[in-house]
Amino acid sequence: MLREKDMASSPKGPSVGAPVAVTGIGVVTSLGTGIADNWRKLTAGESGIRRISRFPIDALRTTIAGTVDFVPVEPFCSTTLAERLADLVAEEAITQASIGAKGDFPGPLFLAVAPVEIEWPHREAVAAELRSNDTITYNDLLRAMSSGHFHAFHERCLFGSVAEHLADRFGTKGSPVSLSTACASGATAIQLGVEAIRRGETDVALCIGTDGSVNQEALIRFSLLSALSTSNEVPEKAAKPFSKNRDGFVMAEGAAALVLESLDHAKARGARILGVIEGCGEMADSFHRTRSSPDGKPMIGCIRNALADAGLTPDDIDYVNPHGTGTSENDKMEYLGVSSVLGERSKSVPISSNKSMIGHTLSAAGAVEAVFTLLTLEHQRLPPTINYEIPDPAIPLDVVPNVARDGKVRHALSNSFGFGGQNVSLVLGREPA
Amino acid sequence: MADTARETSPRETSARETSPRETPARETWITGIGILSCLGEGQEVHWRRLNGPPPLPEMQAYAPYMVHTVAPVEFDKQIPKKGDQRQMEAWQRIGTYAAGLALDSAGAKGKAELLAHMDMIVAAGGGERDESVDSAILSGMPKAANPEAFLNEHLMSDLRPTLFLAQLSNLLAGNISIVHGVTGSSRTFMGEEQSGVDAVRIAHARIQAGQSDIALVGGAHNGERHDLLMLYGFGGHVLKDSFAPVWERAGRGGGMVIASLGAFLVLEAREHALARGAKPLARLSAVLSDRSNRRGDTTKTTLTRMWSTLAPQLSSGHTAVISGASGAEPATSVERAFLAAVSDMPVRATGSYVGHAFEPQFVLNIALATLALGHQKLFSPGDSSGVEREMAGSVEQIVVTSVGHWRGEGMALVDAVR
Repeated sequence: MLREKDMASSPKGPSVGAPVAVTGIGVVTSLGTGIADNWRKLTAGESGIRRISRFPIDALRTTIAGTVDFVPVEPFCSTTLAERLADLVAEEAITQASIGAKGDFPGPLFLAVAPVEIEWPHREAVAAELRSNDTITYNDLLRAMSSGHFHAFHERCLFGSVAEHLADRFGTKGSPVSLSTACASGATAIQLGVEAIRRGETDVALCIGTDGSVNQEALIRFSLLSALSTSNEVPEKAAKPFSKNRDGFVMAEGAAALVLESLDHAKARGARILGVIEGCGEMADSFHRTRSSPDGKPMIGCIRNALADAGLTPDDIDYVNPHGTGTSENDKMEYLGVSSVLGERSKSVPISSNKSMIGHTLSAAGAVEAVFTLLTLEHQRLPPTINYEIPDPAIPLDVVPNVARDGKVRHALSNSFGFGGQNVSLVLGREPA
Repeated sequence: MADTARETSPRETSARETSPRETPARETWITGIGILSCLGEGQEVHWRRLNGPPPLPEMQAYAPYMVHTVAPVEFDKQIPKKGDQRQMEAWQRIGTYAAGLALDSAGAKGKAELLAHMDMIVAAGGGERDESVDSAILSGMPKAANPEAFLNEHLMSDLRPTLFLAQLSNLLAGNISIVHGVTGSSRTFMGEEQSGVDAVRIAHARIQAGQSDIALVGGAHNGERHDLLMLYGFGGHVLKDSFAPVWERAGRGGGMVIASLGAFLVLEAREHALARGAKPLARLSAVLSDRSNRRGDTTKTTLTRMWSTLAPQLSSGHTAVISGASGAEPATSVERAFLAAVSDMPVRATGSYVGHAFEPQFVLNIALATLALGHQKLFSPGDSSGVEREMAGSVEQIVVTSVGHWRGEGMALVDAVR
């Protein structure tokens, strides 16, 4: 299952596989802004899921989401919200890391961001220019576009614009990388930062995952794939990972940033080390566009690759922060993956889904959950899986049901899986002695 | 065969590297090429047609704009299952097809063990639209009592559920995993031209550092989309009315001819290629990427910095430049002035032939550089502006440039392996 390059005998540089320090973190979710507020609410078992108020909910099958409404964007644009959220978390993480000068971050940016697109308000604005009562075709839109009145839409709707603006604002070095591995994107951003540091290409990297996707079309796309919970009556009870009555994930917004740093660099400047990324693993699934291989092999291989990269065995894992979306398929397959790797211990190793409270922050999820895993390691306290009222007998896991508790955690696994066969696992730990 | 490759190990290459590497960088070979554009599919047709005059783009379908449409191919040859083809939109079919050509060229197709540890970085946009749904909604919304509710209703009832899977940027990579079995790793970079530059840079850096042995890197673009003409048209970057090669457009304000094309490379550590008996098509000696905010002279400063990083390696006296110039202004004029000032090397802008496709453009140009190095000859000039001149003698190394139409600068050095 291990790839050749992960084996100790492969010709690899001495730094490959080295743990990488985290010296700054920042987070925004539907629970609130900042590390302190989020951690307090997360460990209190609070939900950030609410009725959607951003747009009318007529005709929708799902009317709830973990929106971040307290960061105003008028008129609403998902990409602009994603950028504002990224600003907030980058500011918090860089301030905590106390690195570089203002607007002069001494390393590259890796940004997990939802695919950028022309959104409905843009299209509507161009169509309105036509002042037409007839059928509006794309040729008409092109005619209206050529007025030159919509210059700002060009920059806003480029895929690279969020990262470019962040690079300008925070002074990150080199070409900023925007990436997507669907719902694993946040973890991939961290993985790319870890790899760049291990290559000796940089001492420091800024890794961000951000998502402000709750608009009509984005919600409806997931809805049409039957991926979303329709438990609309009581929004905070809708996300039910690992429960027998789970009925889909709840779409949500949020962002997280991590300042990664080589251990040597962090120690040399006397930085406070919040935790370390010990290993990253990946393995793509070639089975289906939206479903995992029924044998679980890619997921299992992904987790094992992360453990091998960290130089650890399954017995070293004390806590799992799962992808745990609350869809029937994900939770079943993730149980297969985790239990295959951890074996008998899977019954006793705590595994709690942040998504039960904050929903699924999509492109941001891997970064948000890595930050919460670092806080779990720091505080030695396990956030709960809330809404766990009807256990699924097919998934016999200790999900830290409903109430947070203390736990001894030295090494934690954080999983992220996405459409398109994307699997990424991170192993996180405390500062090495 | 390959043992005659130059032994010099490529040194530090990234403009943003800040600390010295502890181990020598591993030499990276290009062992596979897959290209599909308006010129046709594969290496031979590209070589032949790049030695002729630039073709005219499709002028009618999107008038007054024009697009370079992809040459017709039998998708069955690389995507055998009709069911897979149906799950894709055009950009994904083009990309999956080109990826298959690259794997064939590298002798990697169908070799499950090799593909299972092959890494993949795809540069992608995404977002194909259902134009009739968009049009119906935009037409109906102003007349609806509650326009936003009308939008909900029609998206719920009219959107094809599977269209989402053609819109997600990472679903070209996903389709390549499914159709061709590449599963070592799968990452998708976004961000127009620069996503392609960084995809190649990071795949190359990982191989150099021993983090990867073999990687499939590339992308695809479908230019036959009104919504993309609108996106780039918002910025005033689309050529109108009549065609001209890229260097000849500045006088009328510049502009891009958007293109459909797909391009993939197989990059491989020299020792890995030798061990499996794969031959080098060329060596990828350096890949650089950087950014400027395009204010004042910053683009020129960035290009100068990258060029000086490469300069010590430009020693053959048989060096040419393949430019990714798009025709967009001021990027194209800045690059033109920079190239004229920095060297007297022969220059070719392939965009005059294939148009501009953003994400895969840099990869395509590295592939075309590889092709020229294989023929030991640069293809003929494609314009009459005076920028492109005949190259006397053989070509041994090629600098590939990318100056994004809005942001992002990149360069690669491709060397012949004799």
